[in-house]
Order: sequence, then C-alpha cells, then structure tokens
Amino acid sequence: MNKDFIQIRWHGRGGQGAITAAKIVAGAAFVSGFAGVVTAPTFGTERRGAPVMTSLKISKEKIYDLSPIETPDIVVVLDHLLLNEADVTHGLKKDGIIVLNTPMAHETYDFKNYRLATADITAISVEAGLPHGMVNTGIIGSLEKATRLLGIDILIKGIEEEFRTRKPEKNSLAAKMAYERTETGD
Amino acid sequence: MGTRNYRRKTSHSEHGPGDGGRTGSWRVERPVLDESLCIPCKRNKEACFICWLYCPEIVVSRTIPPRFDLEYCKGCGICAEECPTKAITMIDEAHFSEEKKAKE
Amino acid sequence: MHIIEDGNTTAALGVKLCRANVIAAYPITPQTPLTERLSEYVESGKMKAEYIPVESEHSALAVCIAASSAGARVFTATSANGLLYMHEQVQWASGARLPIVMCVVNRAVGAPWNVWNDQQDSISQRDTGWMQIYCADHQQIIDTVIKAYWLAEKASIPIMVCYDGYILSHTTMPFDLPDQEKVDEFLPPFQPDYALNPDEPANLNTVTLPDVRIDTKGQLAHGYMEIRCLLQEELRTTLQLASEAEKRFAGIFGRGGNPYLEPYRCDDADYVAVGLGSITYQLRVCVDALRKEGIKVGVMGVRYYRPFPDAVIADALKGKKGIIVFEKALSYGYEGALTSDLKSALYEHLAGTGALPSVQNFIVGIGGREIHTRDLTENFRAATQGRVSREPSWIGLKL
Repeated sequence: MNKDFIQIRWHGRGGQGAITAAKIVAGAAFVSGFAGVVTAPTFGTERRGAPVMTSLKISKEKIYDLSPIETPDIVVVLDHLLLNEADVTHGLKKDGIIVLNTPMAHETYDFKNYRLATADITAISVEAGLPHGMVNTGIIGSLEKATRLLGIDILIKGIEEEFRTRKPEKNSLAAKMAYERTETGD
Repeated sequence: MGTRNYRRKTSHSEHGPGDGGRTGSWRVERPVLDESLCIPCKRNKEACFICWLYCPEIVVSRTIPPRFDLEYCKGCGICAEECPTKAITMIDEAHFSEEKKAKE
Repeated sequence: MHIIEDGNTTAALGVKLCRANVIAAYPITPQTPLTERLSEYVESGKMKAEYIPVESEHSALAVCIAASSAGARVFTATSANGLLYMHEQVQWASGARLPIVMCVVNRAVGAPWNVWNDQQDSISQRDTGWMQIYCADHQQIIDTVIKAYWLAEKASIPIMVCYDGYILSHTTMPFDLPDQEKVDEFLPPFQPDYALNPDEPANLNTVTLPDVRIDTKGQLAHGYMEIRCLLQEELRTTLQLASEAEKRFAGIFGRGGNPYLEPYRCDDADYVAVGLGSITYQLRVCVDALRKEGIKVGVMGVRYYRPFPDAVIADALKGKKGIIVFEKALSYGYEGALTSDLKSALYEHLAGTGALPSVQNFIVGIGGREIHTRDLTENFRAATQGRVSREPSWIGLKL
C-alpha cells in the first residue's frame, strides 16, 4: 500500500454513521500530518437503510480530485448482509484490505487476493453499552487493527471529540474492544 | 402521440414497485398484520383496504388478507399509521434477522 | 485554525464570521445543511441575527431585499429550481442596488427532476446584474463569502457565491477558519449609503419613466435607462474593486492572489482547459497526467464570471494553440455560455493579432453524471490533437 495516498471506501446503510466514521478517521489523519483528507458521501442517497458508500482519501498533499474512489486500498463494510447487495470488492487493489463487521467466524469467508479483518462489532458495541446497531465507532478500531495506519490513540481521541456530547466513553470503549478483538487471520 | 417517441425524450415511467431498485433492503422496520384486527379478514369480504390505498410504493395487495411485498416495501410505516383498527405493527428488522439466526 | 467540515458548514461559518444581521432562506437540496447550520447558530445564540423562515425562495429574497433596504447585512442561499423561483426578485435586488450575498449551491434544474450537481441554475442567472464568483474548494468558499460582503457593500451590487452541490457542499476537507478579529478588521460593519428611515419616508423603485424627469425638489432625476446604464458601468468597475479586495484580504489573512483566474501550469502550455468551480481542480490531475506524456497543457479556473474579466482572460490565453472549455451548463440552442463569453473576449482582444486560439467546448457532469478523471483526460488529450467537434461535445453520454 502506498502510504502517501490511501483510498478507503466505506459501505454501510443510510443512518449507520459511515460518514461520521470516515470524518473521524479523516480528522485523525489530518492531525497526523496528512495535508489532504477528503470524505465524500454517495451523493443524494441519504435514505435510511439503503446501501450507501462513502469515500475517504488520505494524502500527504492537498487533494484536487474529488471524484469517488474507483480503486480503493481498503474497504470497510459496516454490515455483513451488504455482501449480498453490493459489490464491495469492486476495484479493490490486489492485496487490498476488507474490514468487515460480521457475527460469523473469519474462516467462513474466502476473499481471494485480499486480506480480511473481521469482528462482531454489532455485539461488541452492545457490550460497550451502546444501543443496538451503533457500529460506526467500533469499526474504527477494527480498521486500525487491520491497517496500522494512524495508531489507536489518535483515533480514540477523535472519537471522543466527535461524540463529546453523545456517550464519548462508550463509543471509544467500543473502538478499543474492537481493536483488541479483530481477527486478521495473520 | 406515440409516433414521435415523446416518452423517450422525457423522463417517463410506469407506476408500480421497482422503479427505484430493490427498495426492500432499505427497510428498518417491517409491517406485520394482525388478522384478528384487520377488517377484510374479520368480515371475509372486500372492505377497508386503507393500507392498499395509502401505500406510496404500491406494495400492499388488495386481497384478503392484504399482503406486503417485502422485496420492495421500504418500511415507511404509512400503512400502520393509517390502519383504522391498528392491525398493522411495525417491527424492527433486527428481530427477524435474529429469528433467522436462531433457526440456523 | 484548520478544521475539517463540509462545504455547506464552511459557507455558514463564513456568514457567521461576517456578522450578517438578517438571514432568510428556504431549504432545498443540496443547500439545506447550510440553512440548518445558520438556524442552529441563531437559535443557540452563537450568532446574533434575525433568522426569518419563509414559505418560498421568492419570499426569502423579498425579505432580504426589504431588510437590506433598511440597512441590514443580509444573507440567503438556494439551489436549482429555488433560484429559478427567485428569479423575479433576483433582478429586483440588482436593480435596487442592494448588497445582498447569496450562496448558490449548484444543482441541475428540472425537468426532469434531479437533485445532483451541474451549473445550469446560476448560469441561467448570468444576465441579472449580480456579480458571480465560483469556488473550487472550501478555503475559497469561506474566503469568498467574506470578500463578497466587502465587494457587494462597496459597489452596492448583490453577489452570488457559487459552489458545486454535493461535490463541494457535502464533501469534507480541511481549511483554515479565519479569526473573527481579522474578519472584523477586513469587513467593518455595514454602512449603507441609504437606508429606509420612518422619519424620512421615501418611494423606492416605483414606476420610473422611460425618460428623465424633474422630481418634487425640482432636480433632474434619472429615467429607467440611466439607472440601468449605471448598473452596467458600476458592475464593470467591480473588476478593479475585486483586485482591491484581494490585496486587502491578502494583507490581513496572508493568502490570495489573482481574484479573476486560477491558472495551473499555463505559462508554457499549448492547450489550456477552462472551467468554473470544482472541475478545474479535477482537471489539474489530468494536466499532470498529460504533461507526463509530453503534452504541454494547463488549466485555468475562471473564478470571477460576472462581470466577465475579458481583458485578463484574453491576455492569459494569448498565443495558445487551443482553449478547451469544460462546462456543466449550456445556453440551450447554442453552446456553453462560458464558451461564448470566452470566444467573445478572444475576438475582442486578439482578432487580427495572429494569436487567436481555437476553442473546443465539452459538456460534462450534467445532472450529476459522474465525471471520471480518466474520461476527462482522454477527451482533453483528443482535443489537443485537433478539433473534436464544432458543436459542444458531451462527455460520458450514453445515447
């Protein structure tokens, strides 16, 4: 992976908070010295429950191309049922990383040519004290475990800042637990 | 009309489910019918059908009992809101996936 | 301080920094979050302003016209059909010489209904006597909102700050949030030339005759034509004013430069792409790719579209082999409006000099059709190898 320019595509459902999650990672990347961070949602489809995508581009330099990601380095999937509805690996680079929220075991899946990281974020988040279905902070922990991109501490700080009025400790706990329990198959 | 290909020159579609894709996957809550409260079910004759009339997606059938096409139902809940006998309840989709999981 | 926000929040923060007194707006996608942010600032007391919810865009601008006539610094924002619905008041605001700032979050117009980005909405308001500035990123959005108030109030002419719907309005990126003290230094409180005053009743913009007349004080008063001519003349002089604004801004904030154009690798270029808004930044990526192939190309963003900086543009494009205009709107029945304007400027300033470039017009991204960088690059390359078409050529069309 070219660590000077990283493209992450998020697959979630409208209302799941993929945009917020991407924004937290963008903020953490920016303070870590990446001058170019851009998040862009799928335009116009802010429909609750519908499959949605969000692009996150992270670069050492200012980003001029705001068009959606076509060849991601990483895809983050907030709901394993999306695997049946969306072509989540579309354009994913060889040896690209899939970060998947799933209740199923890591070995259930066989993504050839890709690296897979799994965790049951839905269960972990409930265990951390969040309402059922709140998975957007937990998945950040899994993303970090799978990529070692920014360091968990700066992401936790970003989560607590973003959720400062909405259960910051429970949200950061979900990310920490997910970070520890993510199965990467290594 | 018809010879100048007018319909292709404008945005034209037929009414009915599916114009926006398989919208059933958007659903967060699913309508569930209690037949013991539903007017056409209770009387066993064509009556009421307020759910059929009000559904903006045309996914409720005008049958006894009324059926929901879950392939396309977005879960908006208008049928449940409008039902005069409160025979329709919106149930969290998570409940059904857990039910499915339990069976597996 | 650098922060990361979406384009709509960026614009709202700019309006807050400018201490607008009255905001009236009607929500429309993709402008909605901008008005939501402003109403939150007002409701929470973070911004001392009157937020007037209205029942339509026509009323939104009518409220702004009234408030501005009474000496308030005002703000509104809209998109697409909202702007079209406003059109009558748009003309009124400039004729009444009111320094209103309006963000236009660019979106396609109906029919058919479409909520995605192109620039047909603001381009269709080109001839209304407003200034129009196009932004390519969030830094430009917030800086332009601040400069817009200064310009509008200096010239007594309203101004549209245009930025691409979704592509900028819903995309987050980092930008430098200006300090309140510096904004206050740049933009002093609004001192209207004239403001409605109950102690001195007056008629504003009532029936004005075709010819001049002697008024109640026995003085010669302008007819309609004189008033309209002054609008044109003073709109043209805002070109100089924009330079002044830019210098002032750069002196206080340490950034800025050319207020009219944003050239990239144009100096030794044979072919220059021209456009409005975010696409001109995307085209930079194409320029870099084509330069690697040895093709000498550049891109020039037109920031100031009305008044049209014709002399500056012609000077910048003098001697180029070809100009390739990428547009998200067109004057239906002919070609892209920017293409026509460019041709006119080139003819005016370069005809007979032997330095007249050819002009190719591409239409792209209409109704939010995704603009793939590789498609842009391919068409850009093709246009450097000879004229693609005399009529506008549509990129990504599946007809």
